Amino acid sequence: MGFSGFRVLKEGLFGQKGWSAQWRDPAPKDEYDIVIIGGGGHGLSTAFYLAKEHGLTNIAVLEKGYLGGGNIGRNTTIVRANYFLPGNSEFYSHSLKLWEGMEQELNYNTMMSQRGIINLFHSDGQRDAFARRGNAMVNQGDDAELLDVEGVRKHLPYLDFDNGRFPVYGGLMHRRGGTARHDAVAWGYARGADQRGVDLIQNCEVTGIDIEGGTVKGVQTTRGAIRAKKVAIVTAGRSGQVAAMAGMRLPIESHVLQAFVTEGLKPVIDHVVSFGMGHFYISQSDKGGLVFGGDLDFYASYAARGNLPMKEHVMEAAMTLMPVIGKARVLRSWGGIMDMTPDGSPIIDKTHIDGLYLDCGWCYGGFKAVPGSGYSFAHLLATGQHHAPAAGFRLDRFRDGVGLMDEEGTGAQHNLH
Amino acid sequence: MRLRDVDTVPFTFDGVTYQGVVGETLAAALIANGVRLVARSFKYHRPRGIMGAGSEEPNALVTIGSGADAEPNVRATVQLVYEGLAAFSQNAWPSLKSDVMAVNDLASPFLGAGFYYKTFMWPKPFWEKIYEPIIRRAAGLGGLSGQPDTDVHEKPYAFCDVLVIGGGPAGLMAALVAAKSGVDVILAEEDTALGGRLLAELEDIDGLPAMDWVAEVAADLRDMPNVRIMTRTTVTGAYDQGTFGAHERVERDGMTSAFWRIVAKRSILCAGALERGIAFPNNDRPGIMMAGAVRAYVNRWGVAPGARVAVYGNTADVARTARDLTVQGIDVVAQIDAAKGAAVVATKGRHALSAITVLRGGVEEEIAVDCLAVTGGWNPSVHLTCHMNGRPVWDDKIASFVPTAGAIPGMVTAGACHGVFDTMGCLADAAQIAEGVVRDLKLKPAQIDLPDADATPYQITPVWSVAGKGRKWIDFQNDVHVKDINLAAQEGFKSVEHMKRYTTQGMAPDQGKSSNVVALAVLADVTGRGIPETGTTTFRPPYVPVPIAAMGAGGGGKGFAPERFTTSHDASVAAAAPMIEAGLWYRPSYFPKTGERTWRQSCDREVYMVRNAVGVCDVSTLGKIDIQGQDAAALLDFVYTNTFSSLKVGRVRYGLMLREDGHVLDDGTTARLGDDHFVMTTTTAAAGLVMRHLEFVLQVLRSDLNARVISVTEQWAQFAIAGPQSRALLNGLLDAPVDDVPFMGWRDVTVGGIAGRLFRISFSGEMAFELAVPSRFGASLWDALNDAAAALGGGAYGMEALNVLRIEKGFITHAEIHGRVTAFDIGMDRMISRKKDCVGQTMAARSGLMDENRAQLVGLRPVGAVKQLSAGAHLFESGAAPIRENGQGYITSVGFSPTLGSTIALGFLDRGRARHGEVIRMVDHLRDLDAQVVVCDPVFFDPEGDRVRG
Amino acid sequence: MRINCPTCGERDRREFYYVGDAVALQRPAPDAGLDAWDDYVHLRDNPAGQTRDLWHHEGGCGAWLVVTRNTVTHAIAKVEMAREVAR
Repeated sequence: MGFSGFRVLKEGLFGQKGWSAQWRDPAPKDEYDIVIIGGGGHGLSTAFYLAKEHGLTNIAVLEKGYLGGGNIGRNTTIVRANYFLPGNSEFYSHSLKLWEGMEQELNYNTMMSQRGIINLFHSDGQRDAFARRGNAMVNQGDDAELLDVEGVRKHLPYLDFDNGRFPVYGGLMHRRGGTARHDAVAWGYARGADQRGVDLIQNCEVTGIDIEGGTVKGVQTTRGAIRAKKVAIVTAGRSGQVAAMAGMRLPIESHVLQAFVTEGLKPVIDHVVSFGMGHFYISQSDKGGLVFGGDLDFYASYAARGNLPMKEHVMEAAMTLMPVIGKARVLRSWGGIMDMTPDGSPIIDKTHIDGLYLDCGWCYGGFKAVPGSGYSFAHLLATGQHHAPAAGFRLDRFRDGVGLMDEEGTGAQHNLH
Repeated sequence: MRLRDVDTVPFTFDGVTYQGVVGETLAAALIANGVRLVARSFKYHRPRGIMGAGSEEPNALVTIGSGADAEPNVRATVQLVYEGLAAFSQNAWPSLKSDVMAVNDLASPFLGAGFYYKTFMWPKPFWEKIYEPIIRRAAGLGGLSGQPDTDVHEKPYAFCDVLVIGGGPAGLMAALVAAKSGVDVILAEEDTALGGRLLAELEDIDGLPAMDWVAEVAADLRDMPNVRIMTRTTVTGAYDQGTFGAHERVERDGMTSAFWRIVAKRSILCAGALERGIAFPNNDRPGIMMAGAVRAYVNRWGVAPGARVAVYGNTADVARTARDLTVQGIDVVAQIDAAKGAAVVATKGRHALSAITVLRGGVEEEIAVDCLAVTGGWNPSVHLTCHMNGRPVWDDKIASFVPTAGAIPGMVTAGACHGVFDTMGCLADAAQIAEGVVRDLKLKPAQIDLPDADATPYQITPVWSVAGKGRKWIDFQNDVHVKDINLAAQEGFKSVEHMKRYTTQGMAPDQGKSSNVVALAVLADVTGRGIPETGTTTFRPPYVPVPIAAMGAGGGGKGFAPERFTTSHDASVAAAAPMIEAGLWYRPSYFPKTGERTWRQSCDREVYMVRNAVGVCDVSTLGKIDIQGQDAAALLDFVYTNTFSSLKVGRVRYGLMLREDGHVLDDGTTARLGDDHFVMTTTTAAAGLVMRHLEFVLQVLRSDLNARVISVTEQWAQFAIAGPQSRALLNGLLDAPVDDVPFMGWRDVTVGGIAGRLFRISFSGEMAFELAVPSRFGASLWDALNDAAAALGGGAYGMEALNVLRIEKGFITHAEIHGRVTAFDIGMDRMISRKKDCVGQTMAARSGLMDENRAQLVGLRPVGAVKQLSAGAHLFESGAAPIRENGQGYITSVGFSPTLGSTIALGFLDRGRARHGEVIRMVDHLRDLDAQVVVCDPVFFDPEGDRVRG
Repeated sequence: MRINCPTCGERDRREFYYVGDAVALQRPAPDAGLDAWDDYVHLRDNPAGQTRDLWHHEGGCGAWLVVTRNTVTHAIAKVEMAREVAR
């Protein structure tokens, strides 16, 4: 049953009786071709593209809680393709193109809003680093513009240009960047995968991975054993624990990243804006809440909640950059669990165990990657070959030092990315 | 209508002047003036009135003030009246009464839960151009003024043994027991006054009005030096190791509020309970209020919410409310006992309630009323206990959730938030809980005689929603009604989190305080599960919304980060040098001379001056670390790639530091002051990082080493004296000539009798020195250096000239060592000694970090028509299209070299060292530059280094 | 979050700098081989539960500390001087 304005009108006239469940609630079968562990954004989009692009539908997505209950439901909804290192550039560029067609592809309004992202810079050195980034974006075929301070003023007249601790020198504008409705992305992929025959199984926690002779055979779950020819781990925030079931240690340390939303306000911030000299970025949701965040709390954590020092830092940064939002009240703060890799870039790869695949380590950038990650991971699962735009996300790059993608230049210390 | 004689002052609401009492809430004042309609709802713009009497109010959100000070979304139930207060309704146009957006309500059959996920998708560009702007404008509640916030907030700390959260009967009793037992107590109360529910109830304690008891206990507490009472202070969040956030609304000394960080060994949550409603048809009309709020307005504030009041509910509060109203002479026209199956099945009145239809024993009866007091029971205020992921548990006895014990380490709960609802029970519970806390702190609890108070047991027959036509509102703020929850379940959103996210129930400014439990019960019903199986969503901080300016207090303007000033700062400013940020420091960009119109003119002159005479430059911002101990040299050998133990006393050596992953961390020079004594310089950017790194090595990696390090960056002012005349300058200035100081050597010197250190090092390629004196002499030395330089045809130079001078020599900064480069990339891999271990040595030897195809440091010069180069531009083979697949490198630093008469650049190019002489293409899409450049050695000037050796 | 520094007593988290797993206390020998070094620099147990972290009391006494801490509850069980643990 497709969604459309016409149906919304029709159902409105008939008391909404015609809507059915957006996905089935199937019991797990004994065996699947592919079992995807993790019903978050990446797992659901992987299932969707396996079905849509590769015609594989004997697939189960196992979710220990509810669909979309992980980071897809607790991020700050930013979509962009503004990376500068080869390996990242082409991947996020591909992902952004998928975003641009998502609503039609899924028949689900995920409210992709290409309102433009402005990364502010505050010194000559930062300007040059952003210029390098912007040039890489254009080299990739994406959009970027370097704004001087007057250019920034035109877009963001409400910034404190006169008294801020770190004056605004300019900004890197990425017009095709923006925001999307995070939950809808999970639901849209879930509905699309379900419609194509994928079993989405909630409240089904994987408790073990069965491996015989170096080959994966299936998984043990709270709802019984399930055999599988291939098992895909897509469990952001739990990657280490699930990989440990297969006896693997990962180059990942999990950290908490906080985010904040204010009470609803009439439109005041029309872009996504990030501060270059402190940890602060912000956008305004369609409902009117200012959605903002900062950096990791900087300690390993699975608590999905943070502490006051980073909250205060983020709000202090807001006050030096845009005191115009001082009277906005923070309504809610929460935390997501970020699987940080040594170079800040993710992993989409096979493992040394035949049939076991990994999609993890998205650090704090997983949301924008949801379509691209699912597409590329599905390609790898279906064909056994890396999808070209994601070929750089090898697991072994850390060991041999070939093709590291350290966008932030902070090195192998997990908590600095 | 007012029930007492009072003195009043004028205030306005939507421009109409009314009379209010100073210190009462705006909500009370509006009720006193008969104002019923105060707001429009979020989605359907339904007319709404005041519903509650506390910070949890879902409806009555207003904007206070206008212009820059306008404060949106203020709860009228919390805002205090003062003379001249100006309040405005929100989210309505052109007026609250005739709001055109109320058309949404007519379209409501089509706008059910999640409708927007199913439409607005065609044609594709319409979402951003048409639909989204309309939705954005319609959404939101109040608006910000658009002006910078000028409120004054501060962020203090407080410490105590026991934090008591809530100053109702339980909180007062807990604080009393704790305080009398000798522990330090902070009692935080959100309201302006202590007393909690007792402020609003007609109750006796020990035979006297309950508030007499409150006054007595409050006075007792105030007299104790170990007690701090903080009213108007809401504890907003519970964090690790007994840390709490608390927001105090101050309004004194020009202050607006204080955001407290309270650290407590133990805490007792006495937050009370919040009343919940019943989902009956059209239960949102102005005049339909919570029964507990009606009692608060009548008993506490002395205002009557109506003249003909009906009371509807499922507990003894129905009779209690009717009694209190009757006492005040207000006409109670109906008591509708939901526990006995009676129900309100319809309501009337567009902008204010005019009638209700009651169904009793199968008979419907319409009753004219102007106020309906509703109670569906009470929910313990479990919110803070959820802040560390605790999940409340269902308690059938009270038909609500109670806190899980131990959800917050060190916190216990007492009184109503503990599920004990009668006053006597609250007092007894709190006393007992507080005694336990005192014992836990290894003290003997004081014995407090419990007073005699109301002990009527709480009995409830749960009633969540009733049958009948019309929308039964649950989340008033986000306009979620029973059908929305049913639709969510119908569409598969059966998990409570899914229901919440699909319907937006509980996501409005009250965060579901008034609606979550009812919504959950409705979901449990429609999905055929019990409430405990359905689960609950969690509450997250803050308990009440906190202004960004309060939690970000101190961050505005320059307050965001410390400012560090060199000793020459004032002189540089006096010389009209533009000061630019270098990390936390300020450094002079250039020193303009009369007649110079652009920074380039000044910069060119300063470069020329250094190359031909002498320049002086403040380099104090570089990190300086003093290293002493018998293993000081061994420490340096371990942190630098090259060897320092072989360095002779009196000499200086350049060193390269790696991270353990083999990439370059920092570089700098280190001088050997004595056998066991060195002073290291770091880059300005990495000073803190390197200091931390050295401590890490000494304490963690190499605790066998006997050495100590200390930062002396602040203790020394250090100036570069560079140029052919630098020695002449120093010989004229120092107390003894320095002809014998060799390149890369240092000496103790005196200048004007002041002991200092002279290093012969150069970052310009000229013969150069750095002279260091204790910071207190920095300013005067700077003046003396400037005078001496001027006499030799030289002067001060700034960061721009310094940058050009170092690019001419191919010296790197953090523009080049940006965290991704290896020693191999910058041509220094031979500096990694293999004769010893050092940080990063092993990982730097990985194939990937030594690959000859890696981008390597090169110099670049323009050779085509375009002479301008730019940092951040990318490099391609000549003739290759400027696309990612062809990318071969990038430019890191650019400057115009007056010495060479050309723009020059440093950059990284794939296999660059093997490509000197090759002409390649530089493209900067963003600055519209496309230049032919020739690859060359990064050392553009004096490659043999003759000048530096003099 | 508060950490009980053995030198300074209990202090707020903002005085401390965090560096991660205390694996650094077992730095391999230079010739231990790439696997050992990969393990040391990159791979982590990353437990959801008790872990040992390294923290630097940068805004206090300057001590590097080994903190035994629960990554799920943030409860701190033990704080030791890294220099003493390293011995």
